[in-house]
Amino acid sequence: MLDTVVIPLLKILILLNGVLIAVTYMVLLERKVIAWVQVRLGPMRVGPYGILQPIADAVKLMVKEDITPTRADKWVFTAAPIIVIVPALIVFAVIPFGDQVDLFGRTVSLYVTDINVGLLYIVSVASIGVYGIILGGWASNSKYPLLASLRASAQLISYEVAVTMTLVSLIVVAGSLSMVQIVRAQQDAHVWFVFLQPVAFVLYFIGGLAETNRAPFDLPEAEQELTGGFHTEYSGMRFALFFLAEYANMIVVSAVATTLFWGGWLRPFPSIQVAPLAWLGLVPGWIWFLAKTFVFLYVFLWVRATLPRYRYDQLMRLGWKVLIPLAIANLIVTGFVKVLL
Amino acid sequence: MLDAYVPILLFILVAVGFAVFALIASKLVHAEKYNKVKLEPYECGIEPRTDARDRYSVRYYLVAMLFVIFDVETVFLFPWAVIMDRLAWFGLIEMLIFLFILVVGYVYAWRKGALEWA
Repeated sequence: MLDTVVIPLLKILILLNGVLIAVTYMVLLERKVIAWVQVRLGPMRVGPYGILQPIADAVKLMVKEDITPTRADKWVFTAAPIIVIVPALIVFAVIPFGDQVDLFGRTVSLYVTDINVGLLYIVSVASIGVYGIILGGWASNSKYPLLASLRASAQLISYEVAVTMTLVSLIVVAGSLSMVQIVRAQQDAHVWFVFLQPVAFVLYFIGGLAETNRAPFDLPEAEQELTGGFHTEYSGMRFALFFLAEYANMIVVSAVATTLFWGGWLRPFPSIQVAPLAWLGLVPGWIWFLAKTFVFLYVFLWVRATLPRYRYDQLMRLGWKVLIPLAIANLIVTGFVKVLL
Repeated sequence: MLDAYVPILLFILVAVGFAVFALIASKLVHAEKYNKVKLEPYECGIEPRTDARDRYSVRYYLVAMLFVIFDVETVFLFPWAVIMDRLAWFGLIEMLIFLFILVVGYVYAWRKGALEWA
């Protein structure tokens, strides 16, 4: 009982709070980073350097009027944000933030659970969110959300094929679908998998940008053509749930990239035991994990501040005619290398 | 074995609970000053005259079909990739044949213009 229910429940609650705080501060970080790129100050009013801005935002979204348009399908309109946020959160269940640590005389693992199909679980659960986007746009019964949700779903499923195909070549190298085993395999291989699968990492990261609807693939939210995108009709808390889900998905993509390609909780040079590198081992694994994840989150913002948006036909061409052939070629090469070596 | 899935079930319950709780809590404290115009669907200031659920481009349907085909085929690759070590040459050749059939379909779709958007 204690091991199967109470401890996981505690971990889930801590993780949920951590994710929500990270998400709200991610919004502030995004505003700040983009402001700095554009030589502005960004939020400065709420608290010193605007660090209390997320709290003000949360209160505002909480007390804001929540509108259901008259022509909307009321129940589906409310269900859609829930369908989007739940998969975005439950994916965190299999992400290993670190190895085992001793805490209050018990050995506690720094992941909620380790299932042997962890990566498959992430891929499949993460794609449930598409349903919420389609249903949200459809239930609004308004032109912009409907167009945007069609665009968003076509984009998500196109890039999902490429991403899933790419991950297969990583699995060939790792020999396991369990997230914890994949990190251990990187320790045994004495090298982070990004050095064995550089093409796969690049494909995965491009696909990750597209799957989270981030710039330069943010067509579903192109303000100039579609006003607010699929959540045009949403306001108040239901809009907040969509917003949380988008940022939570960014954290998921970064955390999965860290786990699969950049050694998860492992320090740099994971198995070289020489004196000059000893200090690297003093830093706990979960700090390495969070630091690496943060780097990818920063890259998300950096890309948004730097690159212009794709045109829709370019987007579909990149997904179907560039990423998929590259993913298949990468898989075949990986298969041959694996058998020959 | 199945014990590993109990936390996931818990997580689903907690996540749904969080979403529902957030909606209910906001329902209790938020402002409510509705009027007819505010509740109309947004259309850049113009009164919406028809239902928004109009016909849309058949391309979306085509993309959905291609997705079903390619994604299901990708799922077949997962078990092969995990035990690649043990299958060695046998597995590689089998999978090359499978990928060849996949690529034939892909080239056919490309030649037919199914991947063009404009």
